Amino acid sequence: MAQAIQQLINGLTLGAVYGLIAIGYTMVYGIIGMINFAHGDIYMVSAFIAVTSFTLMAAFGVSSVPFALLAVLVVAIAFTSIYGWAVERIAYRPLRGSNRLAPLISAIGMSIFLQNMVQVTQGARVKPITPMLTDGFDLFREGTFTVRLFHSQVLIILVTVALMAAFTYLITRTSFGRQQRACEQDRTVTLILGYNVDRIISLTFMIGASLAAVAGVMVTVYYGVVDFFIGFVVGIKAFTAAVLGGIGSLPGAMLGGLIIGLIEAFWASYLSAEYKDVASFAILIMVLMFRPSGLLGRPEVEKV
Amino acid sequence: MTVLAHSPSMTVADRLKDGFSCAFIGLLLGIPMLGLTTVDEGGALRVMTRWPSLALFVGIVFVGRIVLQMIKQSFARRRASRPAKPRGAVEGSSRIQSIIGWGGLGLAAAMPIVFSDNRYVVDTATTVLIYVMLGWGLNVVVGLAGLLDLGYVAFYAVGAYTYALLSTQFGWGFWEALPVAGGVAASFGVILGWPTLRLRGDYLAIVTLGFGEIIRLILVNWTDFSGGPNGISSIPRPGLFGFTFSPPGSGTSIVEALGIDYAPTQRIVFLYYVILALALLTNLFVRSMRKLPTGRAWEAVREDEIACKAMGINVTNVKLAAFAIGAMLGGFAGVFFAARQGFISPESFTFSESAIILAIVVLGGMGSQMGVVLASLVLVLLPELGRDFAEYRMLLFGTAMVLIMVWRPGGILSHRAPTLVYVAPGEQA
Repeated sequence: MAQAIQQLINGLTLGAVYGLIAIGYTMVYGIIGMINFAHGDIYMVSAFIAVTSFTLMAAFGVSSVPFALLAVLVVAIAFTSIYGWAVERIAYRPLRGSNRLAPLISAIGMSIFLQNMVQVTQGARVKPITPMLTDGFDLFREGTFTVRLFHSQVLIILVTVALMAAFTYLITRTSFGRQQRACEQDRTVTLILGYNVDRIISLTFMIGASLAAVAGVMVTVYYGVVDFFIGFVVGIKAFTAAVLGGIGSLPGAMLGGLIIGLIEAFWASYLSAEYKDVASFAILIMVLMFRPSGLLGRPEVEKV
Repeated sequence: MTVLAHSPSMTVADRLKDGFSCAFIGLLLGIPMLGLTTVDEGGALRVMTRWPSLALFVGIVFVGRIVLQMIKQSFARRRASRPAKPRGAVEGSSRIQSIIGWGGLGLAAAMPIVFSDNRYVVDTATTVLIYVMLGWGLNVVVGLAGLLDLGYVAFYAVGAYTYALLSTQFGWGFWEALPVAGGVAASFGVILGWPTLRLRGDYLAIVTLGFGEIIRLILVNWTDFSGGPNGISSIPRPGLFGFTFSPPGSGTSIVEALGIDYAPTQRIVFLYYVILALALLTNLFVRSMRKLPTGRAWEAVREDEIACKAMGINVTNVKLAAFAIGAMLGGFAGVFFAARQGFISPESFTFSESAIILAIVVLGGMGSQMGVVLASLVLVLLPELGRDFAEYRMLLFGTAMVLIMVWRPGGILSHRAPTLVYVAPGEQA
């Protein structure tokens, strides 16, 4: 029982991170109908920005953890959203309206580029940061097993909930949210109505990248290590989360993220830790076989 | 944020402004990656700055953007002043291509005779041919049928491990195992393709990516079956009609049977001819498939799936055929790879290998057989030129994939030529 509760906590933490990244996939898919393969690598770039900023903070003698976290979040969001913008502008915008394969290949190329760019400029080795937020609450004890809730886990879950609330407000209540949803339904008509579709798409990429940046900072704090390859597997898992929740559906992405996080945590602790990645891939294939529209998505009708 | 400027009459001030805004974005992108880095110093990280390289990068972006804009505009002006060429003229280029093709084949066949003493050259050429074969196999899936397969290396691995296990556990020879391994790889293709090919193409891409990882993780973790990270070693080399290419004395050596002197390069040259033959068979097979109804349907499905459905083509089966044939060819290449190396481990079947094969197909021009050969030559020989190239190889691949998609979505050599062109009665082709 105690172990199950511990895995529940770990799974929710992991799931919150996957959910934040999955939103980036689902938003981009909703608006331009393509899978942004480079999104996982955007997350990886943000983790590296976080490592550099944390180290800079330490070098300048900032000892207050909340201040350092806030500052690093702001810096990471700012720079990562520029990366998100640049990826769309360079690799996807010129291909809008061409055949279906071209943007996908371009996205793969971008993903390979980002991975290797980070490897060349930042080094191939794992980067460890000074551990922070290592304290936790001991919830209860069962025999020798203590259920522990780390401060970093509380932080991840709280930040995710706050971001989700802000994000839902942005999409459902603001003018930009309405434009974004209009774009999702019909780009041409949105253009005729006088909105700058290119700008809306750019902003969508920047928002997706910002959420990935938050996930990147959180993971850096949580695990304390990053390397240039982390974007690949996390990207596939977040994509699985987006498909599971129903691609194009924002609450679906979050729900899918939580489910994938929980499955992974329980699978790793009860079945086998080696095959935990296989579990997510297998779920992806199963979902596509039996319910391609996902849990909260609508079935897709292809129009001529 | 508006750095778009396509009007043909840009003033110098406009150009500079455009260049500056690009350089500014380059600066923002460069600061966290190029300008700053962290180095590990005895367990703790320290920030290191590299302002000169950042300044160089920003300068290159500035100049590059201005030059690029000028080139683009002069192209646009020239295109506007020239009458549009009639489209659909594909006959002329195919003659030149066939001459180049036969010439290249002659060179490839004569190569090991000329360089028979130089083991390094023949070895490198064999590697090129493995990639040519993989490229031709993937070309069926990506170039002809228009399905993006990001886990092609999985079928390569299935072929390699099938041969490795059959030969080390059951004593099978290369030639018996070859068709079996191809069949196993093809059935993996069917198992994976059947549920996913009915869906949109993007899903296939990510599912194949996941599948490639599943296969690799199983190979790493299932130690009893695959040897885990240590792989499988002492895989037998291919022989010829029961003879081996081992030193004389074993009784089955081909040098004894023929009564010629033994040389260690004989085996290397033989392996080269085996892969050359396999690659040529692949090419012939794909060429004749393109003339059959299924092959024609591949291209039709690539161009317009809904129209194909309306014409009564079973789109799923057509795609499945392409996927299975691509998988089978990948399996053949895997068998050869295992036999040539004598040792395989999951290290050889990572995602970056899939990415390299995809890069070969994309850079060469999707659907173009000749393009695959050229791209394989470039991609294999480039890292051989020096260590610097090897380090930047994947970086260059990624960049090239994006740039080629942006400028020539069909690939360098391809004009997306359909195998058949409709000519109305009374019209000239």
